[in-house]
Amino acid sequence: MMPEISLNILDVAENSVRAEASLVEIIVSVQPEKDTLTVVIKDDGCGMTPEQVSQVQDPFFTTRTTRKVGLGVPFFKQAAESTEGSFRIDSEKGKGTTVKAVFTLSHIDRMPLGDISSTVHTLIVFNEHIDFRYTYEYGDKSFTLDTREMREMLGEEISFSEPEVSAFLKEYLETNKAETDEGADI
Amino acid sequence: MKSLEELRAIRTKMQGKVGVRAENENQIRVVVGMATCGIASGARPVLTAISDAVQEQNLSEKISVTQTGCIGLCQYEPIVEVMEPGKEKVTYVKMTPEKALEVLRLHLLGGQVVTKYTLSAAQNNKA
Repeated sequence: MMPEISLNILDVAENSVRAEASLVEIIVSVQPEKDTLTVVIKDDGCGMTPEQVSQVQDPFFTTRTTRKVGLGVPFFKQAAESTEGSFRIDSEKGKGTTVKAVFTLSHIDRMPLGDISSTVHTLIVFNEHIDFRYTYEYGDKSFTLDTREMREMLGEEISFSEPEVSAFLKEYLETNKAETDEGADI
Repeated sequence: MKSLEELRAIRTKMQGKVGVRAENENQIRVVVGMATCGIASGARPVLTAISDAVQEQNLSEKISVTQTGCIGLCQYEPIVEVMEPGKEKVTYVKMTPEKALEVLRLHLLGGQVVTKYTLSAAQNNKA
């Protein structure tokens, strides 16, 4: 198992990267009134057939040749379902894949969200050829980071891994998260 | 809320200073395993520690830090591989951010392999 939800997001979003997505959307929505924490990861990558969708939820299936188990999706699914939440994958070959996990916020078995800002930072900086759109919601407040907007302001030549850009990005994610959820312990 | 506008200022400030960052033959390649097994055992902080240190110490001309999938040694994750041109690949196992920074200092900068953290050391200890 992963120790925190954000690492499941990192792992499952890496699948989108490998599916050759050009845009990956990540939504983390915390709704204390509804007692839910919802994660949506949506990509426009190569997609899967209905058969593949059922296979990826099986821990003993993987397309890798380096090992015989594929635990990324099953970990995420189990983490959500063990909180009496839900998990679904919608995918269409050639169109893309959407993974949605709903956690019961107050459930004793819900793992902490963890360092979601670092997760998003890692995804963006190490996959610069892919656009990311990340939205974080808490109640009715939210903020969004779209790397296409970043690119527009920064120009084509400057890498996101330049120290100043990378540091700004981290601060942007952390400051805006704190303002959105007012530092709630999630 | 912080706005993205600051990026415009960074752009102006950096104008003309950005060199071509193409990978070159003499670069040391540092690869961190970031599949499920790596992530679950703590690869993200290791990757962040190395790449932050490389950026902060202005070493990105010399060292490139990238991520990879699973190499089939899941029990030894987090794994960091160091590929130096003309030298044999060194595989460091069960890394932590602290150990990774030690590897950066002693091996990547100092040229000395940190034998105690390598795969062969871990396998010999077991035998």
